[in-house]
Amino acid sequence: MMRRLLVSLFALLLTTPLLAATPRLKAGVFEPPHAAPEFSLQGSDGAELKLGRYRGKLVLLVFGFTHCTEVCPITLGTLVQARQALGKAGEAVQVVYVTVDPERDDAAQLKRYLAAYDASFIGATGKPEALAAVRASYGVVANKLATKGGYAVDHSSSVYLIDRSGRLRGMMPYGHGPKDYVHDLQLLLSL
Amino acid sequence: MKRLLATALLLILAGLTWAALAPLAPANRDELFEIPKGTWARRMAGDKVEILPERIHLTLGANDVLLLRNLDEVPQVFGPALIMPGQSFRLPFEVASSYSFACTAHASGQMSVIVAPHPARGWETLNWRLRAWIKQLS
Repeated sequence: MMRRLLVSLFALLLTTPLLAATPRLKAGVFEPPHAAPEFSLQGSDGAELKLGRYRGKLVLLVFGFTHCTEVCPITLGTLVQARQALGKAGEAVQVVYVTVDPERDDAAQLKRYLAAYDASFIGATGKPEALAAVRASYGVVANKLATKGGYAVDHSSSVYLIDRSGRLRGMMPYGHGPKDYVHDLQLLLSL
Repeated sequence: MKRLLATALLLILAGLTWAALAPLAPANRDELFEIPKGTWARRMAGDKVEILPERIHLTLGANDVLLLRNLDEVPQVFGPALIMPGQSFRLPFEVASSYSFACTAHASGQMSVIVAPHPARGWETLNWRLRAWIKQLS
């Protein structure tokens, strides 16, 4: 009896780790994926900016503002590193940065700001109500806060992952490093 | 009688030893929260429906995947994401920390996820298992 009990216990100890879950995206995943909400804004290249323009590429959709001192520089820096780490495959990744501060972020300001990170990154601006509609369609929050020198905008800090068919696949919360992005981008590029 | 008691004691001891030493590696590590059908209609009728707690506790290696499911008929901001009807949002955690998300479903506008480290073998694992069993029974 004792021997049987010990054998069962030993077998259980050996097999339990095998039940671990299979690897997935590091980002939060939408299941099933739906079409990413489309929008029409003004691009930092001066042309109309629609998500459809980047069909065939992976889009990393970021919401922020160029006067952001904490979240945006880290997020954009991370995306630069991830894109570089992908090498040639990085060319299939497009970063789209939608401003939450149209008052200060016109197309020229966005272009200057993003060029400091990666000239391929594109910014999007527009009328406040158009930008608010885009934010609502992604569940993004942005609130203007008064500061000593003027104002800042407290905004959602996640990055949206849109696959090459234009489907919203995932949402990477703030704080993930370039390695996690590379992991997920490689997975999504292989689909 | 004595023999029966001794066997029972031995079995309990073996069970506790297993619960303390066996690694926590459940097949399902999801911590599921669902928006039931009709939630939007209830909210529109003035009913204050709270589905998602403002603070969620997870444990690495045990229940470290936040799974949010929208069973309602309209899109819902549920935690950090806008989730379409019939859609799920699965958010895994790999680092023990405290995470804050903007969440319009709460009056505070915030939702916290506190992720605890993987329990060490022994007392911590036993403690985690006992709490999980109690939670399942209640």
